[in-house]
Amino acid sequence: MAQSLERQKAKPHIAEEWVGKVYTLLCIAFLITTIVSIVYFVASKGLSTFFVNHVSLTNLVTGLKWSPDGQPPVFGALPFIFGSFSTSILAAVIAAPLSFCAAVFMIEIAPKFGRRYLQPVIELLAGIPSVVYGFVGLSVIVPFFRDVFPGQGVGIAAGALVLSVMILPTITTIATDALAALPKGLKEGSYALGSTRWQTIYRIVLPTTLPALMTGIVLGIARAFGEALAVQMVIGNAPHIPHSLFESASTLTSAITLSMGNTAMGSVANNALWSLALILMFMTFVFVFIVRWLEGRKKL
Amino acid sequence: MSAKTADKIATAVIVGVAAFIVLVLAGLLGFILYRGVGHISFHFLTSAPETIRKGGGIGPQLFNSVFLLVLTMIITIPIGLGAGIYMSEYAPANKITSGIRLIVEVLSSVPSIVVGLFGLLVIVNLFGFGFSLFSGALALTVFNLPLMVRITEQGLKGVPREQKEASLALGLSKWKTITSVMLPIAMPVILTGTILAAGRVFGEAAALLFTAGMSSPRLDFTNWNPLSPFSPLNPFRPAETLAVHIWKINSEGLAPDAAQIAAGASAVLVITVLVFNFAARWLGRYMYRKFTAIK
Amino acid sequence: MQSIGLSAKDLTVSYGDHAAVKRVSLDFSAKQVTALIGPSGCGKSTFLRSLNRMNDLIPNCTVTGEIWIRDQNINSPSTDVVSLRQKIGMVWQRPNPFHKSIYENIAFGPRYHGTKNKKKLDEIVEQSLRKAALWEETKDRLHNSALALSGGQQQRLCIARSIAVKPDIILMDEPASALDPVSTSKIEELISELKQDYCIVIVTHNMHQAARVSEKTAFFLNGEVVEYDDTPKIFTNPQRPETNDYITGRFG
Repeated sequence: MAQSLERQKAKPHIAEEWVGKVYTLLCIAFLITTIVSIVYFVASKGLSTFFVNHVSLTNLVTGLKWSPDGQPPVFGALPFIFGSFSTSILAAVIAAPLSFCAAVFMIEIAPKFGRRYLQPVIELLAGIPSVVYGFVGLSVIVPFFRDVFPGQGVGIAAGALVLSVMILPTITTIATDALAALPKGLKEGSYALGSTRWQTIYRIVLPTTLPALMTGIVLGIARAFGEALAVQMVIGNAPHIPHSLFESASTLTSAITLSMGNTAMGSVANNALWSLALILMFMTFVFVFIVRWLEGRKKL
Repeated sequence: MSAKTADKIATAVIVGVAAFIVLVLAGLLGFILYRGVGHISFHFLTSAPETIRKGGGIGPQLFNSVFLLVLTMIITIPIGLGAGIYMSEYAPANKITSGIRLIVEVLSSVPSIVVGLFGLLVIVNLFGFGFSLFSGALALTVFNLPLMVRITEQGLKGVPREQKEASLALGLSKWKTITSVMLPIAMPVILTGTILAAGRVFGEAAALLFTAGMSSPRLDFTNWNPLSPFSPLNPFRPAETLAVHIWKINSEGLAPDAAQIAAGASAVLVITVLVFNFAARWLGRYMYRKFTAIK
Repeated sequence: MQSIGLSAKDLTVSYGDHAAVKRVSLDFSAKQVTALIGPSGCGKSTFLRSLNRMNDLIPNCTVTGEIWIRDQNINSPSTDVVSLRQKIGMVWQRPNPFHKSIYENIAFGPRYHGTKNKKKLDEIVEQSLRKAALWEETKDRLHNSALALSGGQQQRLCIARSIAVKPDIILMDEPASALDPVSTSKIEELISELKQDYCIVIVTHNMHQAARVSEKTAFFLNGEVVEYDDTPKIFTNPQRPETNDYITGRFG
């Protein structure tokens, strides 16, 4: 009898378990290797601007002039950094209230209609490729701005507007989840005290869901910050800090997109572009960190 | 202002905003389709683009996009499934696992242009794959993997615990339990998510500019030898996809009908994404019904 | 050699710091039904789930003590859990057939354990369904989805499924509590049939059920076994006042 158990130990399932474990472990190892090497390669390239080419970090971050072909070449990336921050923050400023309203509509006002029609619409917005956004921005928003405001129509306003539509789904989805997760008793208590729906939303719903809404906004900004082509197509790409929202400008991503193909690997100009990519990646970490921090607060 | 009036105004504003969002999407789709659909013809979909003359098509680009999508999914799905299974079934609940989770989160938020640059440096130059479909597919894999992992994890977490236990209690190995009992149940979620991810891959351009390249060789669609540099099937040739093409003609298009081509190509892209979306929705509902309605 | 049984020695199961089962020692004889009764949260289900190491799946759950099947300690780290579980079948509170056909539900286990021959598998399916008193109802639709069966049929299918891999022991966790009275009595009949071949351990909330189907009964309270004896004795002449209170319905 004991023998029969012994015999079963020789069964192939031991090898099978091993295969499964090793296979999945290899997959996750691939993922980890990838992210580590992305960080390593972008950092080593981006840092060589400072360590190999001896461009000063302060000059790069605060310099106003970007002229890689000048004599001597100057690498001041502040216009790009400014462009990236202003477009993405402005986009969030436009998108956040709209997203909040959409979420309130879907959860509090018309759940049936919202789930059936508004949610698919928002998911579709998330699925449209960024070049298509860029194309529409270029053929609708830019000409419109050109007619209405002084300037060429391109610039931070056009970029921010295109981005705001692109990040609307991100913020809305998170806001909707947050509102849906709200305990029922909380709202009912407020209604029972005779509050109107708006008072309830304003006094109870908004404050309790604020950390989650902030998470959505930060994720939206992160997405906008990293978006390349749609912005590049409508921002004008002039490497300076504009005087108005309707004047040609640049972002980190647009500068990389435009110039990376035109510089030789290993040259100062090329390394400087990698430094821009490093800034992008650094900001990604910052955004992930902020999101984590906000999520930690949400649990309290 | 009384509380009731404020309530009415606020409700009106919120409903207005919701309507506005629907209008924006309707306008967006309407604009693209209105401008583009007229330009779509059999000739447009099948012929090669022209650089300076009128009448160019998007045939090779369309083919490249589809081919690249297939290549990417062939690489992404096994790795993504494996990694997702690890996270959901094998990862012990400890600090290392939460570290891995953080890494996946970071990878999913790395801007696609940075992924493209990484591809340029490592896949194109260091590994020597050059500007090619294969390089592009690897870059898109990096870009797509975190999503695939999340989808798989979500699908597996939704499998009732009793199903897993029933299989284990029959003396099946954990691996067999995962592949034969849990994955089939998780399939609707995984499939729906994968189709949506495929839509995202199909429209991605920034990660491809410096990996798959911005040009295509003159393809000879009668040459099906995958090793020939002019064969459409050769995965090691440069390939401009539809999304990259739209970007390129918008920024440097010389053909007199560049705007129409961009509109037509955008319409094709959007229609494809719509098809992916509806397919995912339909399939998800269909499989859900198939699994539950029999009761 | 004596027929196979199962014995637990000093078994303690804890979730984190909380001990759900405290130093329980119980022997289960073969070809007998042993019922575990007691109020909710008394640890009887947790105890049952330890017998085939199902608690391994629950993070934070630690099991100490010994469980002997023949000359093997189930709880030893070197035990091959997969082979072990083939010897110990399990049936859950809610029927949980696989999302497959009736035939596949049964054939799934044996095929994995090495029976590839189609004719042999057909045989196993028929035998198992017959033993579970389900053959007549399902023989014409073996390839339909198992989810199309009624709850009671599904539960019998789950029993058939566990028989198909030829276990020595079957663990049942309130197998009839989610079923209607007719299905329940069918399951009880089935249990009485099955005990001719298997060692059955059943957790139940229903004391009439325990009295009807089991030879021995163990009364659990707060993670400990208060009393373990022949079923008639427990229900007619309990030795401990807590047991008496419980079976007369004073608490639980």
